[in-house]
Amino acid sequence: MLMGRDPAPGAEFLMRDTTSHPPAYAPNYKSSILRSPRNPLISLQNSLSEVTAPVFDASELGPLDHDLLMNCAKDGLPIGERIVVHGYVHDQLGRPLKNTLVEVWQCNASGRYRHKKDQYIGALDPNFGGCGRMLTDANGYYACRTIKPGPYPWRNRVNDWRPAHIHYALSGNGWAQRLITQMYFEGDPLIANCPILKSVPDEAQIRGLIALQDVSAFVQLDSRAYRFDIVLRGQRATLFEDQVQGGAK
Amino acid sequence: MSAPSMPLPRETASQTAGPYVHIGLAPQQAGFDIFENNFGNVLTTPQTKGERIRIEGVVRDGSGTLVRDVLIEIWQANAQGKYAHPGDRQPGKAIDPAFRGWGRACSDFETGLYSFETIKPGSVAGRKGRAMAPHINFWIVARGINLGLNTRMYFSDEAQANAADPVINLVEWEVRRKTLIAQRQERDGKVVYRFDIRLQGDDETVFFDI
Repeated sequence: MLMGRDPAPGAEFLMRDTTSHPPAYAPNYKSSILRSPRNPLISLQNSLSEVTAPVFDASELGPLDHDLLMNCAKDGLPIGERIVVHGYVHDQLGRPLKNTLVEVWQCNASGRYRHKKDQYIGALDPNFGGCGRMLTDANGYYACRTIKPGPYPWRNRVNDWRPAHIHYALSGNGWAQRLITQMYFEGDPLIANCPILKSVPDEAQIRGLIALQDVSAFVQLDSRAYRFDIVLRGQRATLFEDQVQGGAK
Repeated sequence: MSAPSMPLPRETASQTAGPYVHIGLAPQQAGFDIFENNFGNVLTTPQTKGERIRIEGVVRDGSGTLVRDVLIEIWQANAQGKYAHPGDRQPGKAIDPAFRGWGRACSDFETGLYSFETIKPGSVAGRKGRAMAPHINFWIVARGINLGLNTRMYFSDEAQANAADPVINLVEWEVRRKTLIAQRQERDGKVVYRFDIRLQGDDETVFFDI
């Protein structure tokens, strides 16, 4: 992995490679058809508006916010396979993303979301909320405990099923680095036919969304573990004061 | 270290936030209470400096139908035009300790209306010394949006600054620029800016690749 100097706060981000992402219009994922802009995005060079972003502090999070096994438990533990999900958040130049807000959400072991709009017949679990959040440490590391989410059917084609997945939102060092994605599980046979995952245009990028079972992080007689690393846009080490800060030129 | 001549690691692929984004980012909207501290749509406290404003609007899809499951975040400078971030080194402007400048809102599941309670930001220096007109950065995610959409909201009562704004002027189709301008109204003595977003179709909002 490349290792560079730490990025300077307020330095520019590398141009986003849009071919790394699904196109806005991905017709096999039907919801995208009417929700995708038809006009070209206007490309902006970074200004202060794009290189800054909210800074988070540990005091904003509660002691159980990161623990999906316990943060909604009322009269027992949630039902399902206990797992640890962990990994590192880096930028494209190999630097750890420190103090980045990682927010996760998922359905329960039955494939049911605790959401007033989810009508799936799978049972709600009174002891499972399905959301958590944490800040990465100085090495860009995050970890949380949860139960493995179940697959569930969804209205796209009549027999489309989502592979088990966990949603992620990452804050990053600048507004331009913000990212939402989904993590999938190694070996899930539903991965091959998922219209949402297959909207990603190439195999290597799809592989990047599939977490591998990580025996080294198993908790003995307690939980299995999955490793999911995330790469955010690279940020330059050098500040171009006269450019982004609006100095004379 | 010299610039790498080999391909860079790629950014992790984006995936849609899906219909249940509220569970993770706004659990109260999903219908339950789990976190003690929720990130919400009120950016001000009584101590915040600046003109109080409300921003509200709806998001529509390519058929004109309301998008009722959208999540919007905003990021803005304070009343002096300073972002609460160490990367903002503009001289002579101070951070307002009572204003972070970041908020998160969901459209109402029935009416489709979203809103923020905030202050009007000051002008921020742009690249090469060109001032940017006061604006608020928007980030929009929802089911069917594969990569979060970025846009900016400008203010209808800043016509002169808007005309000189380096970003608005990048939009070569002048007829589309109006999609970036929120309309100022007064309601019950309060200032309200209306900012509707159209994902696709007639009057499609200008979105940016930032």
